[in-house]
Amino acid sequence: MSAVLPTSAPTPTVTSVPRVGLLSMKSWGAVALALLVVAVVVPVLNLAVPAGSAFHASDYAVQLVAKIMCYAICALAMDLIWGYTGILSLGHGVFFALGGYAMGMYLMRQIGSDGQYRMPMPDFMVFLNWKEFPWTWAVSDSFVAQMLLVVLVPGLLAFVFGYFAFRSRIKGVYFSIITQAMTYAAMLLFFRNETGFGGNNGFTDFKRILDVPIATPSMRMTLFVLTGCTLIGFFLLARWLVGSKFGRVLQAIRDAETRVMFTGYNPLHYKLAMWVISAVMCGIAGALYVPQVGIINPGEMSPAASIEIAIWAAVGGRGTLIGPIVGAFFVNGAKSWFTQAFPEFWLYFLGALFIAVTIFLPQGIIGLLKRKKESS
Amino acid sequence: MSVPLSLRCLLVCVALFGGSAHALTPQQARALVVGEAEPRIAALNAVLAAADEKTVALIQAMSDDAVKFTDSAVFVMKDGKGFDPVSGAEVAVPDTAEDVINNNQMRGELDTALASIKLFSPDNTVRAEAVKTLASEPDENKLPMVEKAWAAEQVPAIKDALGAVRFAILLGSADKAKRLEAATALGATGTPATKTLLLDRQKVETEADVKAAIGVALKTIEGRLAWGERLGVIFTGVSLGSILLLVALGLAITYGLMGVINMAHGELMMIGAYATYVIQNVFRAYFPGLFDYYVLLAIPASFLAAALVGAVLERSVIRWLYGRPLETLLATWGISLVLQQAVRSLFGAQNVPVENPAWLSGGVAAMSNLTLPYNRIAIIVFAVLVLVGVSLLIARTRLGLFVRGVTQNRKMAACMGVNTARIDTYAFALGSGIAGLAGCALSQVGNVGPDLGQSYIVDSFMVVVLGGVGQLAGTVYAAVGLGVLNKLLEGWQGAVLAKIMVLVFIVIFIQKRPQGIFALKGRSAEA
Repeated sequence: MSAVLPTSAPTPTVTSVPRVGLLSMKSWGAVALALLVVAVVVPVLNLAVPAGSAFHASDYAVQLVAKIMCYAICALAMDLIWGYTGILSLGHGVFFALGGYAMGMYLMRQIGSDGQYRMPMPDFMVFLNWKEFPWTWAVSDSFVAQMLLVVLVPGLLAFVFGYFAFRSRIKGVYFSIITQAMTYAAMLLFFRNETGFGGNNGFTDFKRILDVPIATPSMRMTLFVLTGCTLIGFFLLARWLVGSKFGRVLQAIRDAETRVMFTGYNPLHYKLAMWVISAVMCGIAGALYVPQVGIINPGEMSPAASIEIAIWAAVGGRGTLIGPIVGAFFVNGAKSWFTQAFPEFWLYFLGALFIAVTIFLPQGIIGLLKRKKESS
Repeated sequence: MSVPLSLRCLLVCVALFGGSAHALTPQQARALVVGEAEPRIAALNAVLAAADEKTVALIQAMSDDAVKFTDSAVFVMKDGKGFDPVSGAEVAVPDTAEDVINNNQMRGELDTALASIKLFSPDNTVRAEAVKTLASEPDENKLPMVEKAWAAEQVPAIKDALGAVRFAILLGSADKAKRLEAATALGATGTPATKTLLLDRQKVETEADVKAAIGVALKTIEGRLAWGERLGVIFTGVSLGSILLLVALGLAITYGLMGVINMAHGELMMIGAYATYVIQNVFRAYFPGLFDYYVLLAIPASFLAAALVGAVLERSVIRWLYGRPLETLLATWGISLVLQQAVRSLFGAQNVPVENPAWLSGGVAAMSNLTLPYNRIAIIVFAVLVLVGVSLLIARTRLGLFVRGVTQNRKMAACMGVNTARIDTYAFALGSGIAGLAGCALSQVGNVGPDLGQSYIVDSFMVVVLGGVGQLAGTVYAAVGLGVLNKLLEGWQGAVLAKIMVLVFIVIFIQKRPQGIFALKGRSAEA
């Protein structure tokens, strides 16, 4: 037995010392500060400070930040599956959109008879001359049921798709391409009027949520705070996940899947679990996104939208949890600035970002900052 | 009096038409020109059976809206001057003369009348055209002329067509025996037009045995049309397959052999298509006489343009990412965004028009309801040629040998003195150039715009995934198979559901054979 052992066993390199708590004291402080900003400071600056003041947070800014926080949840979900499990999904947009559609269906029912046609059915159904709701809309008038669907539909799709894909050990680029095909197929399906979700136009023109008008400042702020808290909650959840034994196995799968298999773990269960969690996070992000942006259409399922999620995570820094959030804010902030100032240069910038990050910044912005810190 | 060409041709027809022509009388001329449509049509049919050249000239003039009339006279107008239709002499046209107005019914009658005269033209194409015009409006009044022309016709194809027109007219005949004969005979022709004709007749037919004969004829025609449709589906499937093959062949080299996942492959196609567009414009501006041959120059130009861009990409970006497929995927996606936007800045966001040269437009009518367009046939041939070229290049040439060597064992190849970095660039440029060729081919059948590549990229990756990595044969089978499958499902369930079903099929297929149709066996399979 001893003959096969290497003469000098390589000293195991410990990449990160297991922490006692979930976060260091300093990080807890940062989280508390973030919570304070999201739940108290921004609402006060937006609602209480008068519009003329220099400290007033404009509705536009609040809506933009809320939108980006939804994107940041997606980026976080992408990081869990890509950065920590090594599986690049090019189809996360479909989970985001499905969550959004589940929320949108409820919002469409909340319009009631206030649509263009003054009918109890959503406008697009009246337009298509449908007399009753398709089966997919069976529980759409119940808020609780639709919120369950926000979780269940992306989760179930991810479970079925992931089970078959991981079971036949499809990995790497193959898996990425198949997820892209999945979101592309879903987009084509949702473009059809017959599918029953509004075709090209999707859902828009929402009026109420839980019988409360959706366009009021207080409602907007409630959704903002909810989104911010969800983001922070998911961040803590992700931190707990990657620090747990479960998360360690995932990282081992990322680095050497075959070796994990030989050690007696079945990667299928681990990958599948993380894949489903990631999909559900995206679904919830979509559900928060729709009432704030006011529209959901099949464009969210386009392959381009999904691949952008990956670039948010890559720009910020994969394999760190704060990275994807930073990346989502950086890329989307740049996007809203570019599309206003130089609309024709936005795609050049985005394309250059894809290239530059993969070649020069494999660790993203966070990696860059870390390197600076270490060298100084 | 200068006689226009079309009229001269008609006059020749009349000369051949036979000796029994009556001279046009002033009364006939007046009856043709003045009054309600119905009596004028009756007059037209009356003079038609034995028209002389003056009559023909008058009918032609009416069809050209060049006839005026007053209370007492009729004038054929030519170059602003009036001529008497009977004598042909120039006469002064009074200011009170009114234009002859032809309604649509009258115009149709004039056209078929002219067509029935043209049946006697010595020119084959003129006769074939005339038969086509008559076939669209079967009219019992034309029967004597059609029968006469049919008896005299020498060219078999035109004679058959004339026979069909004759039977189509006879189908409305009052004589039951003639209807029966016509129904049976029409069953043998089998065009969609005959089918509608028979269906119309079936509705009004009263005699039981004629009705039965029509039923039998309809069944034969439907059987034949169904075959045409089936063959049509297979043809469009093979056509789509050949396009997918062209797209996937480039990928089979960059992804299949080199392992570089190039999401900008579609944009390299787009570059090829725009290169074709530029060459087309150059030919139109500087060599309009040679316009029909611009495609011959566009093929190498699109190859070179795409290959050059590919080589630059490989040297500047992709080379740093070998062995990191996921990063390559993202970086090449970025490249695709930049290339798309660059094309938008250069050529505008709208689609640009690329015209088929004359020898690629039109098609060959294989069956009555199946026309195979020349441009699609050309693409199938082109795809086969490119396939043969690529497989020879990989299997037989020194470059191919090096590419295979570097693919199988890079270090060993380097030790044997192969400049592996240069071979990488060549191979990538080759794959890109083939994408450019695909773009050139696509420009002949589809829209050329900045989004051209996007619509094919998912499909083409599916082809490579399905066919198996590193396999040209697998790529071929997968491309043609997917093309035909797609079109078959499209006929059954519509385009969108067909696409979804194909994607689902591929996902299920990958379950069974994760390595594609033709899996590499042995050690290299794990790599």
